[in-house]
Amino acid sequence: MAIDTKKCVGCSDCVVACQTENNVPIGYCRDWVVEVMDGTYPQLEIELRSERCNHCENSPCVRCCPTGASHYADGGIVLVTKNECIGCSACIASCPYDARYVHPDGYVDKCTFCLHRVKKGMQPACVAVCPTKCMYFGDLNDPRSDVSKILKKRKHKTLIPEAGTKPQLYFLI
Amino acid sequence: MREEIIVSGRNNPLIDPLLHVWHWEIPVYLFLGGLAAGLMFFAALYTIRNRENNYKVAVQIAPMFASIALILGLGALFLDLHHKLYFWRLYTTIRLASPMSWGAWILMIVTPISFIWSALHIKSIFPNWDWKFEVIEELLEFFTKYKKVLAWIMLISSAILGIYTGILLSAFNARPLWNTSIMGPLFLASGLSAGTAMVIWISKNHDERKRFAQLDLMIIGIELFLIIHMFMGFLASTQVQIDAANLFLGGEYTASFWIFVVILGMIVPAILEGLELKGYKIPIVIPAILVLFGSVMLRIIISYAGQASRWLY
Repeated sequence: MAIDTKKCVGCSDCVVACQTENNVPIGYCRDWVVEVMDGTYPQLEIELRSERCNHCENSPCVRCCPTGASHYADGGIVLVTKNECIGCSACIASCPYDARYVHPDGYVDKCTFCLHRVKKGMQPACVAVCPTKCMYFGDLNDPRSDVSKILKKRKHKTLIPEAGTKPQLYFLI
Repeated sequence: MREEIIVSGRNNPLIDPLLHVWHWEIPVYLFLGGLAAGLMFFAALYTIRNRENNYKVAVQIAPMFASIALILGLGALFLDLHHKLYFWRLYTTIRLASPMSWGAWILMIVTPISFIWSALHIKSIFPNWDWKFEVIEELLEFFTKYKKVLAWIMLISSAILGIYTGILLSAFNARPLWNTSIMGPLFLASGLSAGTAMVIWISKNHDERKRFAQLDLMIIGIELFLIIHMFMGFLASTQVQIDAANLFLGGEYTASFWIFVVILGMIVPAILEGLELKGYKIPIVIPAILVLFGSVMLRIIISYAGQASRWLY
Protein backbone atom coordinates (compact mmCIF):
# COMPACT_ATOMS: atom_id res chain seq x y z
CA MET A 1 0.00 0.00 0.00
CA ALA A 2 1.13 3.54 -0.72
CA ILE A 3 -0.24 6.63 0.99
CA ASP A 4 0.19 10.12 -0.36
CA THR A 5 1.10 12.40 2.54
CA LYS A 6 0.57 15.44 0.28
CA LYS A 7 -3.05 14.50 -0.44
CA CYS A 8 -4.07 13.29 3.02
CA VAL A 9 -6.03 15.90 4.95
CA GLY A 10 -6.22 13.95 8.20
CA CYS A 11 -10.03 13.56 8.18
CA SER A 12 -9.85 10.12 9.86
CA ASP A 13 -12.44 8.68 7.48
CA CYS A 14 -10.14 5.69 7.00
CA VAL A 15 -10.24 5.03 10.73
CA VAL A 16 -14.03 5.08 10.90
CA ALA A 17 -14.39 3.02 7.71
CA CYS A 18 -12.09 0.35 9.16
CA GLN A 19 -13.94 0.24 12.45
CA THR A 20 -17.26 -0.16 10.66
CA GLU A 21 -16.11 -2.67 8.05
CA ASN A 22 -14.24 -4.89 10.48
CA ASN A 23 -16.48 -4.56 13.54
CA VAL A 24 -13.55 -3.23 15.52
CA PRO A 25 -14.59 -3.15 19.20
CA ILE A 26 -15.41 0.27 20.63
CA GLY A 27 -12.34 2.03 21.98
CA TYR A 28 -9.94 0.22 19.62
CA CYS A 29 -8.58 1.04 16.19
CA ARG A 30 -6.58 -0.79 13.57
CA ASP A 31 -5.53 2.37 11.75
CA TRP A 32 -4.84 5.91 12.89
CA VAL A 33 -3.69 9.29 11.58
CA VAL A 34 -0.41 10.86 12.65
CA GLU A 35 0.32 14.55 12.26
CA VAL A 36 3.93 15.65 12.23
CA MET A 37 4.48 19.34 12.71
CA ASP A 38 7.93 20.67 11.90
CA GLY A 39 9.43 24.14 12.36
CA THR A 40 8.41 27.35 14.13
CA TYR A 41 5.54 29.65 13.16
CA PRO A 42 5.23 30.93 10.46
CA GLN A 43 7.66 28.46 8.87
CA LEU A 44 5.63 25.38 9.56
CA GLU A 45 5.44 22.14 7.68
CA ILE A 46 2.85 19.48 8.29
CA GLU A 47 2.94 15.85 7.28
CA LEU A 48 -0.17 13.74 7.64
CA ARG A 49 0.08 9.98 7.61
CA SER A 50 -2.66 7.40 7.78
CA GLU A 51 -0.89 4.53 9.53
CA ARG A 52 -1.70 0.90 10.17
CA CYS A 53 0.08 -2.47 10.28
CA ASN A 54 3.03 -2.28 7.88
CA HIS A 55 2.63 -5.92 6.80
CA CYS A 56 6.41 -6.17 7.10
CA GLU A 57 8.31 -8.55 4.89
CA ASN A 58 10.52 -9.46 7.85
CA SER A 59 7.82 -9.33 10.52
CA PRO A 60 9.03 -9.56 14.12
CA CYS A 61 5.46 -10.50 15.12
CA VAL A 62 5.42 -13.57 12.87
CA ARG A 63 8.91 -14.51 14.01
CA CYS A 64 8.16 -14.37 17.73
CA CYS A 65 4.72 -16.00 17.65
CA PRO A 66 5.04 -19.27 19.61
CA THR A 67 2.08 -21.00 17.97
CA GLY A 68 2.22 -19.84 14.37
CA ALA A 69 -1.06 -17.90 14.76
CA SER A 70 0.68 -14.87 13.26
CA HIS A 71 1.56 -15.77 9.72
CA TYR A 72 2.02 -14.50 6.17
CA ALA A 73 -0.98 -15.07 3.96
CA ASP A 74 -0.56 -15.45 0.19
CA GLY A 75 0.67 -12.14 -1.16
CA GLY A 76 2.55 -11.23 2.02
CA ILE A 77 -0.33 -9.90 4.13
CA VAL A 78 0.37 -10.54 7.84
CA LEU A 79 -2.60 -12.17 9.58
CA VAL A 80 -3.54 -13.70 12.93
CA THR A 81 -5.49 -16.96 13.13
CA LYS A 82 -7.89 -16.39 16.02
CA ASN A 83 -8.14 -19.93 17.31
CA GLU A 84 -4.40 -20.51 17.23
CA CYS A 85 -3.63 -17.34 19.20
CA ILE A 86 -3.05 -17.86 22.93
CA GLY A 87 -2.98 -14.13 23.70
CA CYS A 88 0.58 -14.14 25.07
CA SER A 89 1.12 -10.63 23.68
CA ALA A 90 4.65 -11.37 22.47
CA CYS A 91 3.73 -10.05 19.01
CA ILE A 92 2.40 -6.83 20.53
CA ALA A 93 5.68 -6.27 22.35
CA SER A 94 7.61 -7.12 19.18
CA CYS A 95 5.88 -4.60 16.90
CA PRO A 96 7.79 -1.32 16.63
CA TYR A 97 4.67 0.33 15.16
CA ASP A 98 2.31 -0.71 17.98
CA ALA A 99 -0.11 -1.87 15.30
CA ARG A 100 -1.62 -4.75 17.27
CA TYR A 101 -3.95 -4.97 20.22
CA VAL A 102 -5.63 -7.63 22.35
CA HIS A 103 -9.25 -8.04 21.23
CA PRO A 104 -11.68 -8.11 24.18
CA ASP A 105 -12.33 -11.76 23.25
CA GLY A 106 -8.70 -12.58 24.10
CA TYR A 107 -6.96 -13.07 20.78
CA VAL A 108 -4.64 -10.53 19.15
CA ASP A 109 -6.12 -8.47 16.36
CA LYS A 110 -4.82 -6.08 13.72
CA CYS A 111 -5.24 -4.67 10.22
CA THR A 112 -5.83 -7.41 7.63
CA PHE A 113 -5.66 -5.09 4.60
CA CYS A 114 -9.37 -6.12 4.42
CA LEU A 115 -8.36 -9.42 2.85
CA HIS A 116 -12.03 -10.46 2.74
CA ARG A 117 -12.74 -7.51 0.41
CA VAL A 118 -9.54 -7.87 -1.58
CA LYS A 119 -10.42 -11.49 -2.35
CA LYS A 120 -13.62 -10.24 -3.97
CA GLY A 121 -11.66 -7.77 -6.08
CA MET A 122 -12.56 -4.80 -3.91
CA GLN A 123 -10.26 -2.25 -2.28
CA PRO A 124 -9.63 -2.27 1.49
CA ALA A 125 -12.27 -0.17 3.30
CA CYS A 126 -9.83 2.64 4.18
CA VAL A 127 -8.70 2.96 0.56
CA ALA A 128 -12.22 2.83 -0.85
CA VAL A 129 -13.57 5.50 1.45
CA CYS A 130 -10.71 8.05 1.28
CA PRO A 131 -12.24 11.35 0.06
CA THR A 132 -8.95 12.65 -1.35
CA LYS A 133 -8.00 9.29 -2.92
CA CYS A 134 -4.65 9.46 -1.18
CA MET A 135 -4.19 5.68 -0.87
CA TYR A 136 -3.06 3.19 -3.47
CA PHE A 137 -3.44 -0.52 -2.93
CA GLY A 138 -2.30 -3.44 -5.01
CA ASP A 139 0.30 -6.07 -5.72
CA LEU A 140 3.81 -4.68 -5.30
CA ASN A 141 5.17 -7.55 -7.39
CA ASP A 142 3.00 -6.58 -10.35
CA PRO A 143 4.65 -3.66 -12.21
CA ARG A 144 1.28 -2.71 -13.71
CA SER A 145 -0.55 -2.28 -10.42
CA ASP A 146 -1.53 1.23 -9.26
CA VAL A 147 0.75 1.03 -6.28
CA SER A 148 3.79 -0.06 -8.31
CA LYS A 149 3.21 2.71 -10.84
CA ILE A 150 2.90 5.46 -8.25
CA LEU A 151 5.96 4.23 -6.35
CA LYS A 152 7.96 4.41 -9.58
CA LYS A 153 6.88 8.00 -10.16
CA ARG A 154 7.03 9.51 -6.69
CA LYS A 155 9.59 9.82 -3.91
CA HIS A 156 8.61 7.73 -0.95
CA LYS A 157 9.69 6.50 2.47
CA THR A 158 8.83 3.79 4.95
CA LEU A 159 8.56 4.12 8.72
CA ILE A 160 11.64 3.24 10.78
CA PRO A 161 13.25 1.03 8.15
CA GLU A 162 16.25 0.91 10.52
CA ALA A 163 14.24 -1.46 12.71
CA GLY A 164 14.93 -4.03 10.01
CA THR A 165 11.34 -5.11 9.50
CA LYS A 166 11.12 -4.28 5.77
CA PRO A 167 7.78 -2.47 6.11
CA GLN A 168 5.45 -2.64 3.10
CA LEU A 169 3.50 0.55 3.76
CA TYR A 170 4.97 3.33 1.62
CA PHE A 171 4.46 7.02 2.26
CA LEU A 172 4.71 9.31 -0.77
CA ILE A 173 6.53 12.51 0.13
CA MET B 1 10.69 22.08 16.71
CA ARG B 2 9.10 18.79 15.80
CA GLU B 3 5.89 17.43 17.21
CA GLU B 4 4.38 14.10 16.32
CA ILE B 5 0.86 13.31 17.50
CA ILE B 6 -1.89 10.86 16.66
CA VAL B 7 -4.72 13.15 15.57
CA SER B 8 -7.33 10.44 15.05
CA GLY B 9 -7.17 9.64 18.76
CA ARG B 10 -5.77 6.15 19.06
CA ASN B 11 -6.24 4.83 22.57
CA ASN B 12 -5.99 1.06 22.32
CA PRO B 13 -6.17 -0.51 25.79
CA LEU B 14 -2.77 -1.87 26.99
CA ILE B 15 -1.00 -0.13 24.07
CA ASP B 16 -1.54 3.61 24.47
CA PRO B 17 -0.17 5.98 25.57
CA LEU B 18 2.74 3.67 26.42
CA LEU B 19 2.83 -0.09 25.95
CA HIS B 20 1.84 -1.84 29.19
CA VAL B 21 0.73 -5.22 27.91
CA TRP B 22 2.87 -7.25 30.34
CA HIS B 23 2.21 -6.72 34.02
CA TRP B 24 3.52 -8.51 37.12
CA GLU B 25 2.96 -11.99 35.72
CA ILE B 26 5.83 -12.00 33.23
CA PRO B 27 8.55 -10.57 35.54
CA VAL B 28 7.42 -12.85 38.38
CA TYR B 29 7.57 -15.83 36.04
CA LEU B 30 11.00 -14.73 34.79
CA PHE B 31 12.18 -14.54 38.40
CA LEU B 32 10.75 -17.93 39.39
CA GLY B 33 12.11 -19.51 36.21
CA GLY B 34 15.54 -17.99 36.88
CA LEU B 35 15.45 -19.11 40.51
CA ALA B 36 14.49 -22.66 39.53
CA ALA B 37 17.26 -22.64 36.91
CA GLY B 38 19.79 -21.51 39.54
CA LEU B 39 18.72 -24.16 42.08
CA MET B 40 18.73 -26.97 39.53
CA PHE B 41 22.01 -25.86 37.99
CA PHE B 42 23.96 -26.13 41.23
CA ALA B 43 22.25 -29.38 42.25
CA ALA B 44 23.29 -30.89 38.91
CA LEU B 45 26.78 -29.38 39.06
CA TYR B 46 27.62 -30.80 42.48
CA THR B 47 26.13 -34.18 41.61
CA ILE B 48 28.33 -34.38 38.53
CA ARG B 49 31.34 -33.34 40.60
CA ASN B 50 30.56 -36.01 43.25
CA ARG B 51 30.07 -33.48 46.04
CA GLU B 52 26.61 -34.68 46.90
CA ASN B 53 27.55 -35.38 50.49
CA ASN B 54 29.31 -32.05 51.00
CA TYR B 55 26.42 -29.96 49.72
CA LYS B 56 23.38 -31.96 50.77
CA VAL B 57 20.91 -29.09 50.86
CA ALA B 58 21.91 -27.78 47.43
CA VAL B 59 21.69 -31.21 45.82
CA GLN B 60 18.80 -32.82 47.65
CA ILE B 61 16.50 -30.22 49.15
CA ALA B 62 16.89 -27.02 47.11
CA PRO B 63 15.57 -28.60 43.86
CA MET B 64 12.25 -29.18 45.62
CA PHE B 65 11.92 -25.42 45.86
CA ALA B 66 12.68 -25.34 42.13
CA SER B 67 9.63 -27.54 41.52
CA ILE B 68 7.47 -25.19 43.58
CA ALA B 69 8.91 -22.15 41.79
CA LEU B 70 8.21 -23.74 38.40
CA ILE B 71 4.60 -24.56 39.31
CA LEU B 72 4.00 -21.02 40.56
CA GLY B 73 5.83 -19.59 37.52
CA LEU B 74 3.73 -21.64 35.11
CA GLY B 75 0.65 -20.39 36.96
CA ALA B 76 1.79 -16.79 36.46
CA LEU B 77 2.43 -17.46 32.76
CA PHE B 78 -1.05 -18.92 32.39
CA LEU B 79 -2.58 -15.89 34.10
CA ASP B 80 -0.78 -13.67 31.61
CA LEU B 81 -2.43 -15.29 28.60
CA HIS B 82 -5.47 -13.45 27.25
CA HIS B 83 -6.77 -16.41 25.25
CA LYS B 84 -6.28 -18.97 28.01
CA LEU B 85 -8.28 -21.89 26.64
CA TYR B 86 -5.99 -22.08 23.64
CA PHE B 87 -2.74 -22.42 25.64
CA TRP B 88 -2.30 -25.99 24.37
CA ARG B 89 -1.53 -24.51 20.96
CA LEU B 90 1.99 -23.92 22.32
CA TYR B 91 2.52 -27.65 22.16
CA THR B 92 1.16 -28.36 18.72
CA THR B 93 4.13 -26.75 17.02
CA ILE B 94 7.83 -26.01 17.45
CA ARG B 95 8.87 -22.59 16.24
CA LEU B 96 12.61 -22.21 16.35
CA ALA B 97 12.55 -18.46 15.69
CA SER B 98 10.24 -17.78 18.63
CA PRO B 99 11.85 -17.50 22.09
CA MET B 100 8.46 -18.09 23.67
CA SER B 101 8.16 -21.42 21.85
CA TRP B 102 11.63 -22.37 23.10
CA GLY B 103 10.53 -21.39 26.58
CA ALA B 104 7.36 -23.48 26.45
CA TRP B 105 9.28 -26.54 25.31
CA ILE B 106 12.19 -26.11 27.70
CA LEU B 107 9.67 -25.88 30.56
CA MET B 108 8.20 -29.11 29.27
CA ILE B 109 11.64 -30.69 29.84
CA VAL B 110 12.76 -28.88 32.99
CA THR B 111 9.54 -29.24 35.01
CA PRO B 112 9.35 -33.07 34.87
CA ILE B 113 13.09 -33.28 35.60
CA SER B 114 12.64 -31.13 38.69
CA PHE B 115 9.79 -33.40 39.82
CA ILE B 116 11.87 -36.54 39.26
CA TRP B 117 14.82 -35.02 41.10
CA SER B 118 12.58 -34.01 44.02
CA ALA B 119 11.05 -37.49 44.12
CA LEU B 120 14.52 -39.06 44.23
CA HIS B 121 15.37 -37.09 47.35
CA ILE B 122 12.07 -36.81 49.15
CA LYS B 123 13.15 -39.45 51.67
CA SER B 124 15.97 -37.18 52.86
CA ILE B 125 13.30 -34.79 54.20
CA PHE B 126 10.58 -37.29 55.08
CA PRO B 127 12.40 -40.53 56.00
CA ASN B 128 9.13 -42.42 56.35
CA TRP B 129 7.83 -41.41 52.94
CA ASP B 130 6.02 -44.27 51.23
CA TRP B 131 5.29 -44.15 47.51
CA LYS B 132 2.52 -46.74 47.90
CA PHE B 133 2.97 -47.97 44.32
CA GLU B 134 5.67 -50.39 43.35
CA VAL B 135 5.90 -48.83 39.89
CA ILE B 136 7.06 -45.51 41.24
CA GLU B 137 9.74 -47.16 43.36
CA GLU B 138 10.97 -49.08 40.32
CA LEU B 139 10.97 -45.94 38.20
CA LEU B 140 12.94 -44.07 40.83
CA GLU B 141 15.42 -46.92 41.05
CA PHE B 142 15.92 -46.59 37.30
CA PHE B 143 16.59 -42.86 37.63
CA THR B 144 18.93 -43.43 40.59
CA LYS B 145 20.93 -45.77 38.37
CA TYR B 146 21.26 -43.09 35.70
CA LYS B 147 21.49 -40.14 38.08
CA LYS B 148 24.62 -38.72 36.44
CA VAL B 149 22.94 -38.69 33.04
CA LEU B 150 19.91 -37.02 34.57
CA ALA B 151 22.22 -34.47 36.23
CA TRP B 152 23.84 -33.63 32.90
CA ILE B 153 20.45 -33.14 31.25
CA MET B 154 19.40 -31.01 34.21
CA LEU B 155 22.58 -28.94 34.05
CA ILE B 156 22.14 -28.12 30.37
CA SER B 157 18.38 -27.62 30.41
CA SER B 158 18.51 -25.40 33.50
CA ALA B 159 21.21 -23.24 31.89
CA ILE B 160 19.01 -22.90 28.79
CA LEU B 161 16.05 -21.99 31.01
CA GLY B 162 18.13 -19.34 32.79
CA ILE B 163 19.41 -17.78 29.57
CA TYR B 164 16.01 -18.01 27.94
CA THR B 165 14.43 -15.80 30.61
CA GLY B 166 16.66 -13.02 29.27
CA ILE B 167 16.49 -13.92 25.60
CA LEU B 168 12.71 -13.77 25.76
CA LEU B 169 13.15 -10.01 26.20
CA SER B 170 16.28 -9.43 24.14
CA ALA B 171 14.66 -10.89 21.02
CA PHE B 172 12.31 -7.89 20.73
CA ASN B 173 14.04 -5.30 18.60
CA ALA B 174 10.95 -3.10 18.90
CA ARG B 175 11.90 -2.36 22.53
CA PRO B 176 15.39 -0.86 22.46
CA LEU B 177 16.02 -1.41 26.18
CA TRP B 178 15.49 -5.16 25.88
CA ASN B 179 17.24 -5.48 22.57
CA THR B 180 20.71 -6.27 23.87
CA SER B 181 22.38 -9.66 23.95
CA ILE B 182 23.61 -8.87 27.49
CA MET B 183 20.06 -9.63 28.70
CA GLY B 184 20.53 -13.43 28.37
CA PRO B 185 23.74 -13.70 30.45
CA LEU B 186 22.50 -11.02 32.89
CA PHE B 187 19.27 -12.89 33.64
CA LEU B 188 21.13 -16.20 33.83
CA ALA B 189 23.58 -14.67 36.34
CA SER B 190 20.72 -13.16 38.30
CA GLY B 191 18.93 -16.53 38.37
CA LEU B 192 22.09 -18.33 39.53
CA SER B 193 22.59 -15.68 42.20
CA ALA B 194 19.00 -16.17 43.41
CA GLY B 195 19.66 -19.93 43.48
CA THR B 196 22.77 -19.53 45.65
CA ALA B 197 20.90 -17.14 47.95
CA MET B 198 18.14 -19.69 48.42
CA VAL B 199 20.68 -22.40 49.32
CA ILE B 200 22.43 -20.05 51.78
CA TRP B 201 19.05 -19.33 53.33
CA ILE B 202 17.88 -22.91 53.85
CA SER B 203 21.20 -24.60 54.57
CA LYS B 204 22.32 -25.20 58.14
CA ASN B 205 25.74 -26.50 57.15
CA HIS B 206 28.52 -23.95 57.64
CA ASP B 207 30.76 -25.23 54.81
CA GLU B 208 27.90 -25.31 52.37
CA ARG B 209 26.87 -21.77 53.28
CA LYS B 210 30.44 -20.63 52.91
CA ARG B 211 30.83 -22.20 49.48
CA PHE B 212 27.57 -20.69 48.23
CA ALA B 213 28.40 -17.28 49.68
CA GLN B 214 31.68 -17.41 47.72
CA LEU B 215 29.78 -18.43 44.60
CA ASP B 216 27.23 -15.66 45.12
CA LEU B 217 29.96 -13.05 45.55
CA MET B 218 31.50 -14.12 42.27
CA ILE B 219 28.16 -14.08 40.46
CA ILE B 220 27.26 -10.64 41.84
CA GLY B 221 30.61 -9.40 40.50
CA ILE B 222 29.70 -10.79 37.09
CA GLU B 223 26.26 -9.18 37.25
CA LEU B 224 27.72 -5.75 38.02
CA PHE B 225 30.18 -6.20 35.17
CA LEU B 226 27.31 -7.11 32.80
CA ILE B 227 25.20 -4.13 33.93
CA ILE B 228 28.08 -1.72 33.32
CA HIS B 229 28.65 -3.29 29.92
CA MET B 230 24.97 -3.04 29.10
CA PHE B 231 25.00 0.71 29.68
CA MET B 232 28.29 1.15 27.82
CA GLY B 233 26.76 -0.67 24.87
CA PHE B 234 23.58 1.40 24.95
CA LEU B 235 25.38 4.73 25.20
CA ALA B 236 27.59 3.86 22.24
CA SER B 237 24.61 2.77 20.16
CA THR B 238 21.77 4.47 18.28
CA GLN B 239 19.56 7.26 19.61
CA VAL B 240 16.73 4.92 20.62
CA GLN B 241 19.12 2.88 22.75
CA ILE B 242 20.66 6.01 24.26
CA ASP B 243 17.10 7.05 25.16
CA ALA B 244 16.51 3.58 26.63
CA ALA B 245 19.64 3.82 28.79
CA ASN B 246 18.57 7.29 29.91
CA LEU B 247 15.48 5.76 31.52
CA PHE B 248 18.00 4.53 34.12
CA LEU B 249 20.45 7.42 33.93
CA GLY B 250 18.26 10.30 35.03
CA GLY B 251 14.93 9.05 33.69
CA GLU B 252 11.96 7.71 35.60
CA TYR B 253 13.48 4.32 36.52
CA THR B 254 16.78 5.75 37.82
CA ALA B 255 16.03 5.66 41.55
CA SER B 256 14.23 2.32 41.58
CA PHE B 257 16.88 0.56 39.48
CA TRP B 258 19.99 1.79 41.25
CA ILE B 259 18.56 1.61 44.78
CA PHE B 260 16.55 -1.63 44.66
CA VAL B 261 18.50 -3.67 42.12
CA VAL B 262 22.10 -2.51 42.29
CA ILE B 263 22.56 -1.23 45.85
CA LEU B 264 20.08 -3.30 47.90
CA GLY B 265 20.03 -6.33 45.59
CA MET B 266 23.73 -6.64 44.80
CA ILE B 267 26.18 -4.35 46.60
CA VAL B 268 24.76 -4.56 50.16
CA PRO B 269 24.38 -8.38 50.16
CA ALA B 270 27.83 -8.70 48.59
CA ILE B 271 29.32 -6.62 51.43
CA LEU B 272 27.39 -8.61 54.06
CA GLU B 273 28.43 -11.94 52.54
CA GLY B 274 32.03 -10.72 52.35
CA LEU B 275 31.96 -9.73 56.04
CA GLU B 276 30.40 -13.08 56.94
CA LEU B 277 33.21 -14.88 55.12
CA LYS B 278 35.72 -12.77 57.02
CA GLY B 279 34.25 -14.11 60.24
CA TYR B 280 31.83 -11.37 61.31
CA LYS B 281 28.51 -12.64 62.72
CA ILE B 282 25.76 -11.59 60.35
CA PRO B 283 22.31 -13.18 60.19
CA ILE B 284 22.69 -14.90 56.82
CA VAL B 285 19.02 -14.55 56.05
CA ILE B 286 19.50 -10.80 55.41
CA PRO B 287 21.84 -11.00 52.38
CA ALA B 288 19.90 -14.01 51.07
CA ILE B 289 16.58 -12.18 51.10
CA LEU B 290 18.18 -9.04 49.66
CA VAL B 291 19.59 -11.03 46.73
CA LEU B 292 16.19 -12.61 46.03
CA PHE B 293 14.55 -9.19 46.30
CA GLY B 294 17.11 -7.67 43.91
CA SER B 295 16.58 -10.50 41.47
CA VAL B 296 12.81 -10.02 41.34
CA MET B 297 13.16 -6.21 41.15
CA LEU B 298 15.63 -6.50 38.26
CA ARG B 299 13.01 -8.34 36.24
CA ILE B 300 10.11 -6.11 37.22
CA ILE B 301 12.02 -2.92 36.40
CA ILE B 302 13.51 -4.22 33.14
CA SER B 303 10.08 -5.52 32.03
CA TYR B 304 8.31 -2.24 32.76
CA ALA B 305 11.06 0.08 31.51
CA GLY B 306 11.47 -1.99 28.35
CA GLN B 307 7.83 -1.45 27.47
CA ALA B 308 8.37 2.28 27.89
CA SER B 309 11.29 2.30 25.43
CA ARG B 310 10.36 2.59 21.77
CA TRP B 311 11.23 3.80 18.30
CA LEU B 312 8.35 6.07 17.32
CA TYR B 313 6.40 9.06 18.62
